[in-house]
Amino acid sequence: MDKVRLQREAAFIRSSLLDQGYLDEQFIQLEELQDNDNPNFVEEVVTLFYTDSARLIYNIDQALLSNPTDFTKLDDYMHQFKGSCSSIGAKKVKNECNGFGEYCEAQNYDGCFRTFQQIKQEYINLKKKLETYFQPSYDHIYAYYLISPYDLMR
Amino acid sequence: MDNNGCLPCTRREGFPAGLRVLVVDDDPTWLKILEKMLKKCSYQVTTCCLATEALKKLRERKDAFDIVISDVNMPDMNGFKLLEHVGLEMDLPVIMMSVDGETSRVMKGVQHGACDYLLKPIRMKELRNIWQHVLRKRIHEGREFESLEGFDFEGIHHLMRNGQDQCCDDVSLFALEDCISSTRKRKDADNKHDEREFGDSSSTKKARVVWSVDLHQKFVQAVNQIGFDKVGPKKILDLMNVPWLTRENVASHLQKYRLYLSRLQKQRDQKKCSSSGIKNPDLNPKDPGSSSIKNSMNKQQNVVSIDGFRCPNNGLVQLHESDFTVSELNKTEQRRALATNNIIPDPNMTKVSQIVLNQTFSPLNSEGNIEVFDCTIPTQYTWNQVPKRKLQDDPKSQSIASMVSSPSAASSIASSAVDNIIPVQSKSLMVNDQSSVTSNPGLKTQEFDASLIPELEFYQQNLLWGGEAAFSPLEEDLNFFLLQSECYNDMNFGMHNIDTSDYYYDPGLIADVPNHLLYDSADYSVVDQSLFIA
Repeated sequence: MDKVRLQREAAFIRSSLLDQGYLDEQFIQLEELQDNDNPNFVEEVVTLFYTDSARLIYNIDQALLSNPTDFTKLDDYMHQFKGSCSSIGAKKVKNECNGFGEYCEAQNYDGCFRTFQQIKQEYINLKKKLETYFQPSYDHIYAYYLISPYDLMR
Repeated sequence: MDNNGCLPCTRREGFPAGLRVLVVDDDPTWLKILEKMLKKCSYQVTTCCLATEALKKLRERKDAFDIVISDVNMPDMNGFKLLEHVGLEMDLPVIMMSVDGETSRVMKGVQHGACDYLLKPIRMKELRNIWQHVLRKRIHEGREFESLEGFDFEGIHHLMRNGQDQCCDDVSLFALEDCISSTRKRKDADNKHDEREFGDSSSTKKARVVWSVDLHQKFVQAVNQIGFDKVGPKKILDLMNVPWLTRENVASHLQKYRLYLSRLQKQRDQKKCSSSGIKNPDLNPKDPGSSSIKNSMNKQQNVVSIDGFRCPNNGLVQLHESDFTVSELNKTEQRRALATNNIIPDPNMTKVSQIVLNQTFSPLNSEGNIEVFDCTIPTQYTWNQVPKRKLQDDPKSQSIASMVSSPSAASSIASSAVDNIIPVQSKSLMVNDQSSVTSNPGLKTQEFDASLIPELEFYQQNLLWGGEAAFSPLEEDLNFFLLQSECYNDMNFGMHNIDTSDYYYDPGLIADVPNHLLYDSADYSVVDQSLFIA
């Protein structure tokens, strides 16, 4: 019973993620790739994404800390990060990256910095939601609802 | 599974299953996704996260992969660079990927030779179709191989000229069709056979370039821009700015081009200079002049290899190697002749010195009359005249048009080319002239050359090298011109023969002579030499 319920919750989370624009069709593509050969393909990919992108986020953070700011480097890192986000279909995160790119081009440090904080926030949000999806547990679901009760109601 | 790359009839049903794909991307997430996607397409996938590693894998076994998919942004190497390397070394189709879909980037990718440019996130269906690129390339290669041999210069130039004003596209298409149709006929015969050998042939064939009308147009423009005196594969390559084109491609094409030009010129001259008892194409081996010329051609050939440009069989231009045999014979003659004419039979002198020496003959007539030349080459007179007439004719832009089958075209080209060269060359020529020992006929030649700079330059650089070797009046002139340039070359190479050095070697003078002349001529010397031997 619990299991079924958890599964239902997971499905619900997935739908809402898609509906609310956290994830896009790429995520569905990943799901379609999942088969008997790779029964946990999507989860593996997402895990890989979060592991690798952590490195990219670190790079950007460091670049933002360095003085003087190397906007070319920042743009480069962001480009990599954006590419990575597109791999799992992290739509919202990716959209925030566009804003960052514009500030980079304008060499607007403040804009870059602020946008990046937003990016990180979205990034973490998505991570938590996906964790819930892959490992549905009461804790996770609870956490999910806690994080975004508002989302739930939308 | 046998070679998945080929399209053997037996595996027709299976194709494109088993296509061997190499995926290069620094993003491990994408690497994993692409691997899965490609596997779902029944392709054989190898992944790489570093461009350098990918290149290594490709180089290890040139026929291990059918297609390469690479990201544009990679830490160790620019994706475009990898693209170039793969295109040049392995001639595999390469697909670029990026999250950035900006037109300029996509254009850059295509310009660098990418078969396709995919935007991330990549869909499965996009990957399913990549086999088409492989197939297309194979077919293309088959055609290239043949079309190269039979590059229709006349036709293309004609079309280019006609279509230059407008509808160049149509012209280009037509020209290409022309090219391809002619090769297709040849190909039809081996159609079935070819298909089976696609895989093998693609791995054994070198990178082939299809010289489309547009490409050739670029080539000619580059050549004209550089100036015939300075023309060389590397310069042309740089000017053309076609990233996937190699220096070798350009060099071999240049050879053919020169061949063509000289042929045109020859036709033109033959029409005009009926006088001047020009020697018959079949040089009398005993004739010092001819032998020297032939020898020089041989030498040129040698020189070419020195340069590292392995002409003989780059697959594009098949020179008549047998033509050189005569030169071998003449070598002894040559030595004698050289001695007589103060020509140094130094092998290193090869082409130029030989030719020059042989050609010099009579005292240099600064008037630039042909009389300066040995009576064996009375043609020179005519030769010089002819080009002069055309010297002022066509502007550079018409050089292409002039390349049209009419012989006059050649001189037009020459003139335009010459125009560019004259200033530079005259100087060097004159200098040489002064420095050269008067008694040495070879030197005289140089003086003579000075007056004939325009023609000389042109023919030296272009026609001569690629021109026909036959001892027609034209050829003699060509040879003479060859000598001229050869002289410079020799000087640069360093005169081994003391005699020669007395005459020719003058560091100061040489400085004026662009060094690239040496290397450039070397590039196509092998091929060119055959031209001298009718």
